[in-house]
Formats: sequence, C-alpha cells, structure tokens
Amino acid sequence: MSDVAILPIAAEVRRHGLRRLFQRHPTMVIGGTVIAAMVLLALAAPLFAPNPLSMNPMHRLRPPSGVHWFGTDPLGRDVFARTVYGARISLFVGLTVALGGVAGGLVFGLLCGFYRRIDAMVMRLMDGLMAIPSILLAIALVSLWQGGVPVVILAILIPELPRDVRLVRSIVLGVRERPYVEAAIAGGARTSKILRRHILPSTIAPLTVQGTYVCASAILVEAGLSFLGAGIPPSIPTWGNMIAGSELYLALAPWTIFCPGIALAILVLAVNLFGDGLRDWLDPRFAR
Amino acid sequence: MAAYIARRLSATLVVMAIVGVIVFLLLHAAPGSPAAIIAGDNATPAQIALINHELGLDRPLVVQFGIWAWRVVRGQFGTSIFSGVPVMDLVEQRLPATVSLSLVTIAFAATIAVIAGVFAAWRAGGLLDQVLMGIAALGFSVPVFVVGYLLIYLFAITLHWLPVQGYVPLSRGLGSWLAHLVLPGTALGLAYLALIARITRASMLEVLSEDYIRTARAKGASPLSQLFGHALRNAGVPIATVIGIGIALLISGVVLTETVFNIPGIGRLTVDAITNRDYPIIQGVMVIFSGVYVLINLMVDLSYTLIDPRIRR
Repeated sequence: MSDVAILPIAAEVRRHGLRRLFQRHPTMVIGGTVIAAMVLLALAAPLFAPNPLSMNPMHRLRPPSGVHWFGTDPLGRDVFARTVYGARISLFVGLTVALGGVAGGLVFGLLCGFYRRIDAMVMRLMDGLMAIPSILLAIALVSLWQGGVPVVILAILIPELPRDVRLVRSIVLGVRERPYVEAAIAGGARTSKILRRHILPSTIAPLTVQGTYVCASAILVEAGLSFLGAGIPPSIPTWGNMIAGSELYLALAPWTIFCPGIALAILVLAVNLFGDGLRDWLDPRFAR
Repeated sequence: MAAYIARRLSATLVVMAIVGVIVFLLLHAAPGSPAAIIAGDNATPAQIALINHELGLDRPLVVQFGIWAWRVVRGQFGTSIFSGVPVMDLVEQRLPATVSLSLVTIAFAATIAVIAGVFAAWRAGGLLDQVLMGIAALGFSVPVFVVGYLLIYLFAITLHWLPVQGYVPLSRGLGSWLAHLVLPGTALGLAYLALIARITRASMLEVLSEDYIRTARAKGASPLSQLFGHALRNAGVPIATVIGIGIALLISGVVLTETVFNIPGIGRLTVDAITNRDYPIIQGVMVIFSGVYVLINLMVDLSYTLIDPRIRR
C-alpha cells in the first residue's frame, strides 16, 4: 500500500519541493510523518528502549519519571518500552491486513467483475460476511483456530474483505463498459490481458486509498481483540494487551492505560489523515 | 410498493440463510472435530464418539445443517457448554442491558450528529464546520475502550459526577438507569456520531446548492426552515442508510463497551464465552446480532419510502 503511494509522492516532491506538498495536502504530510516516525521508533526500539518483558515487582506501578518515561505497569515492566514494542505488532498487523485486503479485493473483484457465474456466488458470500459484525466474526475465528499473530491477521482480514471486493468489482463493472475496453474485447485480446492492461490500472488509486482505511481499521480491531483476550497472546506486548492487563489499576496508575491508548489513537488518526489526504490528491472528485 | 417490500424481504432472507451457512460451517471448518472441541482437551475417544452421536455429528453435513437451521429458525441455539443453560435463556437475561445501552447511544448519537452535520454544511469551511469535522476525525480514530477509560477516569474517578461501572435496570428508577448509561453511551456513540455527522454534512452540502433552496431563501424562509424543512428531508436517504449501516459499528462497539463498563449484556456474554470456549453461545450471538443488523437495515430501506415518496414507485 505504502509503496504505491510513495512513488508519486516522491515525484511530486522532486518537482515542486516539500513545502508545496505540505501546503496542498497538509493532512497527508502530517499523517505520513507521524506514521514514518512510529515505524522508525518501532524498528529502532532495541537501541534505546529497555527490555519490555523484564519484570521488577519492587518497582511496580511507578509514575512516569526520568528512569521510566511512561512509568511502570502492575508487574513492574517499563511502559515506554512496551508501548514502543507494541507499535511493532500494530504496524505489522495494519500493513499485512491492508496488503491482504488489497490483494484479495483485486483477485475476487476482478473475477467477479468479469465472470457472471463467479460473481453471483462470491457476492452472495460477501453479503453474508458483511452482515456478521466484524469483531464477532474475528472473535469466533480466533477462538476456534487459536494461535498467534498469523491467525489474528487472518481473522481480521476475512471480515474486512467484502468491502475491498465490492470496491474493485464496482470499478471493473464501470470500466468494462468503456469504449477502449470494448474495443479490446472486440479486437480479440485475451481476458487476462484485458484485466491486466486495461482494467487493473483504474483500480490502483481507489485501492491505495482503501488500503489506508483498511490498515487503520485493522489496527483498531487488533487492539480490540487483544483487549478482549481474543487476540495476540498476552505474553507479547501489544497495546490492547497492555490496556487489558492494567484494567484494575485505572485509578491508581492511569499511565498504564493511557500511554498505549494514546499511542493507538495517534497512529490510527495518522493513518486516517494520510488516507484522507491521499484520497483528495489521487481523486480530486472527492475533494471538498 | 408491495413489490419493493417483497423484493427487499426476499433479499434479507437470502442474506440470513448465507449467514447461517457461514456460522454453521465455522465450527466445522475448525481444526479438530466439533465433538473434540466440545469434549475438551482431556476427553477419551469413547467420550468423543458419544458426543458425536448425541449431537448427530456422525450424520451427513447437509442433514446436520438442516437440523441446526430448523432449530435456529425456532429460536433454539442449543445449550451453553459451560453452564448447561439454553443459549436463548442466557441471551434473554442479558438483553435488557444491551438494548438499553444501544437505544440510549443511538438516540443521543443520531440526534447530535444530524444537527451538527446540518449546521456544519450550512457554514461549510467555517470554524464550527472545522471543529465538528475535527471531532469526527477523532471519533473514527480513538477506540471505544480508550474513550471509555478516559471518561471513567475524568467523570467518575476524578470528578465523582457519575458511577464508575455497572448497570442498573430501568425498574430501579429512570435517573439511576440513565446515570449508568451516560458514559458508556458517550464512548460507544462517538464513532457512530462521527460517521452520521460526516454523511449528513456531505448529503446536505449537495442539497443546499439546489435551486429550490434558493427559491425558499428568496421567498423569505428562515434559515432553520430552509435547513430542516426544505433541505434535510431531501438529504434524508443517505443519512438513514448510514444510520442503518452504522449499526454494525455499534454492535462491535457494544462488545468492547460492555467489557470496559462491566455491563452484564450480550457483549459480556460473548467475551465470557471466548474465555470458556463456549461455541454454542458464540454461534448464537453471531446469528442474533447479524439478524438484528439485517433487520434494522431492512427497516431503513423501507423507511426510504416515508422519507422520499419518489422511491415508492
């Protein structure tokens, strides 16, 4: 998702400079900067953050200080370290679900848009999936399959798919009536070539935007699942797990809940802002 | 009109049938047979075989689905593995809390969102618009449980204005009932409010540029009459649609909100069922919530004919 977005952004910056990009699309630049900062922090965590797993009962529930920037949790673990390491899971889940959603949306959407028989079947299945509240479906999948990060990613991806498939399908249905596609069909081009050369390009911009929204939603759902105890195993520091593990200490040690909570909100807001900016930029028809 | 209703009704039935197939197959697609899952980790093969036979799991899948679906249609979702109580009884016990929370949330969020969206569109680009849309962006991004803890910390723990957690039935007094629902309703409603406010604003913006609004203004209609009397009704269909679609958002939020605020509703029932791996409950709640979602959207579709008489044809 980000690769597709970065290329045209880089071209624009080379042509007009960073300042103009910021003036035209402030939300996209702010969102993108925050995301980039979070990615860097998460990747470089071992360089500056203490061990997020080491417990120290002597120092439990300490308020934020010079030693423990975000304080310590009920087991005496460093909240800052856990918040920074937790970003890794959130970013990874967000990115993989977004990529999976885009890929799945493309495969099924293109097929549905082109083959009537597949369309009828797949779209009925998608209607059914959409009617089941996503978090319940994810909960059911996680509790049935059990297991770590891959299961959680799949459980978040499946309820997310129908929207992506519908988006691609609607684009394909619109584009295939265009004269240039009809000309290609009349000219006897192979279906695979028509899909790749004539239809695929029209889906890239809307799918990129959609990918950012799927990413934001996946980060929220992962945190929610972990918070409910139906997500990533509690031994791994994630923002949802951190909040769930500190529930009882809200009055005593609010930092244990609000540090990961605010990090979560900032990341999701940044991804959403980036997506809004991207949408206004790639598709000026939607611009307000 | 009758044809429209019949068409929508049959589409709804098809969707619910597919939901049924998905929910039914979920348990069968899981690694390990359902009987092994139900029997637990320490069961002997003989015990598993017995459960297989008792549940009819040794019969063809289609037959099993038929039996299961026939029971579900009559409201029988089996019994809880953990407590042995029929799932429907458990749901009935928990229903009042969830319905109270949902109704308070929908009423408060939809009212504020529509009014806010109308005024944001009226002075689009102005300060009010920017503040409202900023709040809407936040509403999409801050998760229910973070808002929930923030509200508890602020209004219950620090200021002592409202109770921290829990639920009080309506029969114990309106004031107490409402006091326990203010914070969870606000937390739950924020994303819903953001969604409706955005759509209301966009829909109103489109309508406000039309000729008949200019005519209304020219003949001296007051701004309030222009906005609510002339414009809102024509902007109503997308708003009603999103109020219906947003129910999905609300249901997901209910599960989280009830956990944060310790409300003994259907969401808590589900979360407790995860811990106990109580599949009949999870299955039952999925079917019921999906049914509610589909039914509300059916009602929304039918309400179009009231909002916009042109659809009746």
